[in-house]
Amino acid sequence: MRLDLGAIAKAGTSKANQTGGWRNFKPIFHQKKCNSCDLCRIYCPEGCVTMIEKKKYTVDYAYCKGCGICAEECSSSDIEMVVEEK
Amino acid sequence: MSTTFIEGSIAVAKTVAVSRPHVISAYPITPQTHIVEHLSELVANGELKSEFVNVESEHSAASVVLGSSATGARTYTATTSQGFLLMIEVLFNIAGMRLPVVMTCVNRAVSAPINIWNDQQDSMTARDSGWIQLYAEDNQEASDMHLQAFKIAENKDIMLPVMVCMDGFVLTHSFDPVELISQEQVDKFLPPFKPEYYLTPKNPLTFGTLVGPDGYMETRYFIEKTMHASLQVISDVAADFHNQFGRFQGGLIDTYKVEDASLVLVAMGSIIGTIKDIVDELRAKGQKVGVLKVRSYRPFPKDEIYKALNHVKEIAVLEKAVSLGYGGILVNEIKSVFYGKPKTPKINGFILGLGGRDITVDTIHQTIKETVKASSEEKFIGLNEALIGGK
Repeated sequence: MRLDLGAIAKAGTSKANQTGGWRNFKPIFHQKKCNSCDLCRIYCPEGCVTMIEKKKYTVDYAYCKGCGICAEECSSSDIEMVVEEK
Repeated sequence: MSTTFIEGSIAVAKTVAVSRPHVISAYPITPQTHIVEHLSELVANGELKSEFVNVESEHSAASVVLGSSATGARTYTATTSQGFLLMIEVLFNIAGMRLPVVMTCVNRAVSAPINIWNDQQDSMTARDSGWIQLYAEDNQEASDMHLQAFKIAENKDIMLPVMVCMDGFVLTHSFDPVELISQEQVDKFLPPFKPEYYLTPKNPLTFGTLVGPDGYMETRYFIEKTMHASLQVISDVAADFHNQFGRFQGGLIDTYKVEDASLVLVAMGSIIGTIKDIVDELRAKGQKVGVLKVRSYRPFPKDEIYKALNHVKEIAVLEKAVSLGYGGILVNEIKSVFYGKPKTPKINGFILGLGGRDITVDTIHQTIKETVKASSEEKFIGLNEALIGGK
């Protein structure tokens, strides 16, 4: 990156900047009541929720900021926000 | 070169046109000037091969020049007053991304109350944005300054945007004889813009990317350092211009009869012309007065000002702007020039001409009288006593 020229960088900085470190609350996908409505994946502003198979989702915690939108939108209250402990 | 009797705005537009801008963007309704109106005519008539982008606001106009400059295009915009204020968010981005955009700020008052007349409160508001700010004294200088602006901005060691500030109405709407420069001559002075980095699908880049507490401060350090480096470049470009075109209107500053003066008036913009007349008049009567024009306001040429004024006993700073809650802006920067120096002149500040209030010969005589009489002070001058509750 060229900080001396206004922070010009190779494209793809959104990948390089791992925003998961900003997280205070971490979404835990219990996957007990999940009905595969897919709302968590659709609403995630970071695009870091992925469906692996029916009723099974994974979160990329390297980028999840812990906004809690997935837990709020979950139609079966199957996602819990827990305090991040490091 | 040919001398034409021409309106200030049109002279600037014609000079911008021969600077071969690839992209011009502007908001086409008020507050706007004839500068971009004329440029849009030139494009529409096929006389200028530029992309002219009409947008829905000044915020968008600034965004268009930001984006197009990042692709390596030479870009230009102009605005004034409220439109300028609406641009400010993007102006900081343009400077932060080190894009050498050139814009004209036609200096006009800001609301409220609604007032479209001349003062310099608009551009002074963006003093800390990272733009180089140059102030023109007359229409010839305003016109020439745009050529210099592109050359300064696009210098590979600078890469900062440049704002040419010219007084609204007093310059933009006044007709003056102006020597316009031909395309051939401009091409010799101003090489094509070839930035080191630009947006292209072949080499994807991000401009002004996220920089956290680990690097942001350094970006500001680099702009500050570049601003200091630009002091030399601004002087050099003015000297180059002098060599090629035979005209010199000052580099960072310009002085008139300052060498042996005991009292010097300091100001920016079109008021300098009026002051020069008064200097001549008082010199004829034996009074040792002079005038110093601050041509480059950002970067602020502290050393040059100190060198020019260190022998002077009294300084009167005349300015068409005010930092509400503090007072004069330029006057306090002039005061800072003398901080820690062995001898400090008496420095008086006068805020005048706000919202188009006439600055007459009498107004300026009054500032000189007050400076001679009073101890160092700052005040408004030319107030209508009847409107503020009498004396």
